[in-house]
Order: sequence, then structure tokens, then C-alpha cells
Amino acid sequence: MSRAATAVEQEVKCRHCNLPCGEEPLWFDDEPFCCAGCKMVYEILKENDLCRYYHLSDAPGKKEEVVDQARYAGLDQPEIRKQLVDFDSPELTRVLFSVPAIHCVSCIWLLENLHRLCEPVLRSEVNFARKTVTIDFDPSRGSLTRVAQTLASIGYPPTINLKAGEGTRVIKKDQLVYQLAIAGFCFGNIMLYSFPEYFGIERLGTLRGIFFWLNAALAIPVVFYSARDYFISAWNSLLQRRINIDVPLALGIGSLFLRSAWEILSGYGPGYFDSLSGLVFFLLIGRWFQAKTYQSLAFDRDYRSYFPLAVLRWRDGDWKSAIVHDLQEGDTLRIRNNEIVPADAIMKSEEAWFDYSFVTGESRPVKVLVDGTVYAGGRVIGKPVDLVVVKKSSQSYLTSLWNDQSHKKENEGRYKLWIDRAAYYFTFVVLVVALATGVVWYLRDPSRAWLVFTSVLIVACPCALALSGPFTFGGMMRVFGRHGFYLKNAGVVERLATVNQVIFDKTGTITHGSRPKIDFSGILTRSLRAKIAAVVQTSAHPLSVAIAQFLAVPDPMSPSDVREFAGKGIQARLGDDIFKVGSASFAGCKEETIVRNTTTVYVTVNDEVVGSFHIENMIRSGLSTMIKRLHGKEVAVLSGDHGADRQLLRDALGPETPMFFGQSPYEKADFIRILQEKGRTVMMVGDGLNDAGALRECSVGVAVTDHTGFFTPATDAILLGSQLPLLDRFLSLSKTATRILVASFMLSFGYNVVGMTFAVSGMLTPLVAAILMPLSSISVVALATLSVSAVTLSLRSKQKAL
Amino acid sequence: MIIVLLITVSLTIAVVFLLAFLWSLRSGQYEDTYTPSVRMLFEDETKTDGSKKSEEGAEKSSPLKS
Repeated sequence: MSRAATAVEQEVKCRHCNLPCGEEPLWFDDEPFCCAGCKMVYEILKENDLCRYYHLSDAPGKKEEVVDQARYAGLDQPEIRKQLVDFDSPELTRVLFSVPAIHCVSCIWLLENLHRLCEPVLRSEVNFARKTVTIDFDPSRGSLTRVAQTLASIGYPPTINLKAGEGTRVIKKDQLVYQLAIAGFCFGNIMLYSFPEYFGIERLGTLRGIFFWLNAALAIPVVFYSARDYFISAWNSLLQRRINIDVPLALGIGSLFLRSAWEILSGYGPGYFDSLSGLVFFLLIGRWFQAKTYQSLAFDRDYRSYFPLAVLRWRDGDWKSAIVHDLQEGDTLRIRNNEIVPADAIMKSEEAWFDYSFVTGESRPVKVLVDGTVYAGGRVIGKPVDLVVVKKSSQSYLTSLWNDQSHKKENEGRYKLWIDRAAYYFTFVVLVVALATGVVWYLRDPSRAWLVFTSVLIVACPCALALSGPFTFGGMMRVFGRHGFYLKNAGVVERLATVNQVIFDKTGTITHGSRPKIDFSGILTRSLRAKIAAVVQTSAHPLSVAIAQFLAVPDPMSPSDVREFAGKGIQARLGDDIFKVGSASFAGCKEETIVRNTTTVYVTVNDEVVGSFHIENMIRSGLSTMIKRLHGKEVAVLSGDHGADRQLLRDALGPETPMFFGQSPYEKADFIRILQEKGRTVMMVGDGLNDAGALRECSVGVAVTDHTGFFTPATDAILLGSQLPLLDRFLSLSKTATRILVASFMLSFGYNVVGMTFAVSGMLTPLVAAILMPLSSISVVALATLSVSAVTLSLRSKQKAL
Repeated sequence: MIIVLLITVSLTIAVVFLLAFLWSLRSGQYEDTYTPSVRMLFEDETKTDGSKKSEEGAEKSSPLKS
């Protein structure tokens, strides 16, 4: 205990990334650094007189995974270049890089001063909101690769994404703002010209006609431009023989317009242009709110950015970079640590370790000897490996590996959104009521029959219904997002509300996925550090990974005779020394010092203890109380590991929680499938990497991540690791959100009933419509917004307590 | 019929404002509302008095930390 306390006092924080430097910081220029990577960035900045970076905010750097510069080697291949650059000429090339590491003022400053660091760059401009940087550079003075490598070298590695469709969504959103602007403009002016009508001013003469025609003219862009998407969507859904909320909306807008146009043309009356434009305006506000909610969640983070664009290929006596889809059978490749094997190949190096967790989900690395077969999608761990390609590959082949069809399931289709189900019945009820009143009026007063018929359609337009969804669920999503829980769409809130079974993955979810606090007792010399790093990097056990991260040795040696004993430790030979890293009994250590809340890993060299790592308890804090608060829901733990931590978990989660160890990703997915067949609604909480299949299988798949801006495959939600203790709150709030939605539905139906009585009795004057319709929209929005903020107040106080 | 003239004028002005707004939207003024506010505070430093100036800069811009 005391050791831990003193360690905190003396803790030296890295100048670059503000993380603790451990026992032996690297010193440069009288500043401490936690690792070579951070120091390197500092050196580069210092050399170029860019140290102002460190004055604009405290320790602005982010410790990035060491990004291999070679990753960017292939960018200047014509096909890749074409997809990346926005503008290309011999003097000027413009490229837009997405840089997830942008997070503060210093980042903006440094990236906009890139020209001082990288000679070809002429100008660079950061978009903070989108985390992108637009770079103009002179291609005659330096290549695209060089620009990207410079960015990577200062800790801002750009994500390279060859998906061309990126821009389309942005355009879509812009169009919505145009539509909203025009609808708002027309709405305001039409209201103005309708005032005389509202107040019944009689002495207008010809002016009255002018106002009517002005209104009609202003309503045309509203219907044919602003409301266009509603008609398109309604038409598409009718073509698929389904009815979504846009069908009754389009019906309402359409009948409003036709009825009003007829009134003006025939000189019958002023029409309902004010209600029409108001309706469209409010609807678009709802859409815009929704779009804003989604925009802040750059969700579909692309795993393709992890794929190698180019690899090193042996050609004409040299290693040259080649694009993946240019690889031919028989090519010799060199794949380095952490790079992904692009094609099925035969090993040429003596031995190597491959991690297939992205493909199979199995996190234990596989050892392959010379002449063994290596499959595409594996990640190299440790030393660079030479391979000979046996099967051609392509980007799409790699993508398909990760998108394994058995992993994919039409999750969304099973759950029809509340709102669309409501719209289905709503449309029929409205049509029946409208027809019935039309018939009744036809019998009584045929001249007014079709006027009443259209009035019913007009007033029944479910504007408030369409707004309650975005504002209730959208508002909830924004609150969740502010607390580190990012949902993919509003449907997820609905599904969260029905969850009655929660399944946790172990690694990275219940236990820390990354960067626990680690102390080393003993003397950690540089050579010892390098040697331990060499041993632990052969293992994918979370503790080994944590220690490897702590040691931060960039290019470790590879040991021989590596043997991993499940649940005990690793043994390996380095030179003449036998290293053992593992538990006390494994290392042969007699006195085991037990420090509360820590796990101790001993290191021995030739059976002599040289020191031990004290790793802060791997179980996330606040988790056990959270699980207890999940009352009424079944909880289970599924883990791919082999039960080494069983006792640890039992202590934390209580004896009644069922736990299953040694589960393969397919078994996990099956487990969930069986539960769902029993009629349970399952939420799976996992790290999103080796349980991707299970996450897709279940009703709500939540990926827990410790880095924002980190890769997570398509799941329904992303949860920041630190927010995990709030999970039960999120679940109960989702339930509340559904209740709020029902309440606002009720309210909106109430208005509809009132409006219908006016319409059915033939008294729906334009004035009544102009009051009733906005009133219903506004009160529904107010109800939704106010109640969402009221119920989420408690979350804020919980957050503070955390 | 002065009122017709007035309405024409008011509508014309309103349309001008609408177009101005649409133009500002198209020219990307709402793209990123954070960066420009920070960018204008970055000074063009010279190499000679870099250290002193940067300390001043640090104080000035520290409230901008996000």
C-alpha cells in the first residue's frame, strides 16, 4: 500500500501526453517523457521551433499506438491517390485527411502550422467539428506519402479510408438546411399575408386577392422543394407495400396543397397555405434536430481503415511498396509487427506469431513455422515476417473476411419502429374516418362533401406524431452521448427499453481493456525492460498486453522456446537466460506480497526473482454495484478466456451470476441465439473485437471502448469504459423515454381528436387549422424536450459522483 | 396603392436576406464554428523571441482549452 502511495507522489508526467512516465522516464531537453514515441514527437517539434504546441494547452499530445510509417507508403500509387485527393495538378494537390486525434487548441495550431514542418505543404486548414484537415501541397516538392507520414510522425496519423461515398451524407444534411431555410422563409411571409384574414379585415378589396396569390406562390417552393423528401419516402414505402410515418404526412401535405390551390383558383377562400408551410417547417425542424443528433456521432467508423493499403514487396532486389490488389501469386512480402496479412501466403521466416482475432475472434496468437500457411486477415505480432503469396487478394476480400456472413444478421428488420407501427394503423383510421364523413356529408349536403373529406385529411396530418420520435428519442440519445454512451439510431433506445437479459464479455468490459495503472518493484534497467517486453509481447493475455504497453518498447526482440501456461504465465529464452513472467507459484516465489486491488506478476531470470509488476485490479470500479442495480434483469458473463480470473469475477459480481469461460465467438453467438429463441431480449456488452458476431446477434450490441475515436465494428451502441457503471441508468432511462413517447403520442392524438371533430362537423376554417396545427406540434415538442431533460437530471448528478 | 409597393419592397428585401443566408450556407460558414475562433488568436511568431512570446500566448489562450 505504502509503495503505491509513494509512487503516486513521485509520479512524473510525460511532457507530451501527460501520462505517468513510470520508474524510468526518458529525459530530453530537461523534460520527462513516458516513451520513445512521445519523445520523438517532442524532438521533431523542438527542432522546428513548434514548441508553442505545449504552451497552448497542458500536455496536448495523445499517446497513439505507434503507427508504422510504412502504412502510408502506398498512397502515391495512382489508383489510391485518385481516391484520396480532392484536386490534383502539377503545382497543387489538395487532400482531405481525417485525423481522429484532433482534440484541442494545440492540435489546431500545430496542424495549421504544418508548412513549417513539412516543406511541400503550402497551407493546411483544420475543421475541428469534423476532425479533418485539408492540406494543400506542392506535389513537385514532396509526395502525398510524405505529408501523411509527417502527420503520423507528430502523433496525428490520418485514417486512410478508400470509401468514396463519404461525402454524400454531408451533402444530404446541407440540403436539409436549405429546405428548412426556405420553408421558414415562406412560412413567415405567408403568416404575414394571412393576418388580414385572421382578423377578418374586410376592406381590402383587390388586395385580398393579391395576398392569396402571394401565399400560393410562396407555398409552391415549400411543397415542391422543402417537402419533397416526404413524398419520395412515402412513395418508396408504398412501392414496398409498407406504410411508414411519411405516408400519412405526404397525404396530409398533398391534400392541404390541392385543397388550398382549388380554393384560390375557384375564389372560394384563402386556403390553408399558412398551415401547410408551418407544418412543413416544423417537420423539417424535427428532421434537422435528428440529423444534428446523428452528426455528432460519427458512428460507422470504418474498420477498412485498418487494412493495409500497401505492403512491402520484394522486387528487383529491393523492398518496394505495392498495393494490395496488385499482389500476384508468388510475390514475396514483408509484413511487420501489427500489420495485417493481406493475402493467404506461405511463411518464409523461421517462425512467427499471428493473431487471428479479427477473423476468428480467438484472441490467442497462433504460432506458424516456416512453410506453414498464413491466412489473410491475421495480424503479425513481433518481428517482421516474410511471406510468399499463394492466393490473390483484394481489399474487398479482406472486407468480406471481417464481414463474415454468419456474423451478419438482419437485426434491424426484426424490430419495427414504434412510430411506423403507429403510422400503419393511423393511416387506415384516418382514411376510414375521412371516407365515412365524406359519405355522410354527401348524403346531407353534396356540395360540401369533398371539402369536409379534405378537411379531415388535413387535420389528421400526424405532424406531432412525427415530431415526438425525434425529440424524445433524439433528445435521449443526445443526453446519452454527452455521458459517453453513443447510440446508432433512435431504434436502439426502443430496444434498450425492452432488454431483460444482459450479457457481459469479460476482457475489456468487466476488466480494463487497456492501460491499467502499473508499478514495478525492483530495478527496471533498460535492458531488463527490453527483455521483459520481448517475453510479454508473445502473449495476448490481457495482463501481458498491459505490461507490454507499460514497458512501451517499440521494437522488441523475439525470444525462443516460448511457452505459455494458461492461467499461470509465460516462459521464454532470451540468449542464455530463461525468463518466467507470471503468478507467484509459477515464478517459484515463496513470499507473495498481497496488495489490495492489485494483481501481481512476478518476473524471474533463471529462477531468480528480479522484480514484480503490480497491476491495479483489472475489474472496473463501480461495476459490481451497477450489476446489483440491474435488478429484474438476468446477468451472465461470457468469456473467451480460460477461467483464470474466475475467482476474481466471482468476488466482484457475486456468486449468483452465471459465468461461462472458454467460449469461442461462435459459441457466444449461439448462446445468445438460444436465449433469444426462448423469448428473451438480450443485450450484449463486449469489447466489440472478438465478440463481434455475438454483438450482431443480440438485440442490442454494446461495444465498450476506452479510447474515443477508436475502431469498433458496426454495433448498436458504443459505451466509454469509464461510463460502464451508469449502464443500469441508461437502461432505465430508455424505458422512461418509451413512456414519454407514449405520453406525447397521447397528447398528439388528443389534438387530432379535437381537430377531427372540427373537420367532421365541417367547421375547420383556415384560422382554426392555423391555430390547432402549430399548437399541437409545439406542445408535443415541449412535452418531449422538457420531460427528457427532467428525467435525465439524475444522470447528471450520478455522473458527478462518478 | 402604396401598400402594394411596400409589400413588393419588403418581399424583395426578405428574398435578398434569404439569398444571403443561402449563400453563407453554401460558402461553408457554418461548417466549423470552433476553429476560426481559435485561429484568429494565433499570432505569427518570429523565430527570435519565440519563448517569451509563447508564454504570453499560453496565458492568453488558456481559457480556450476545450
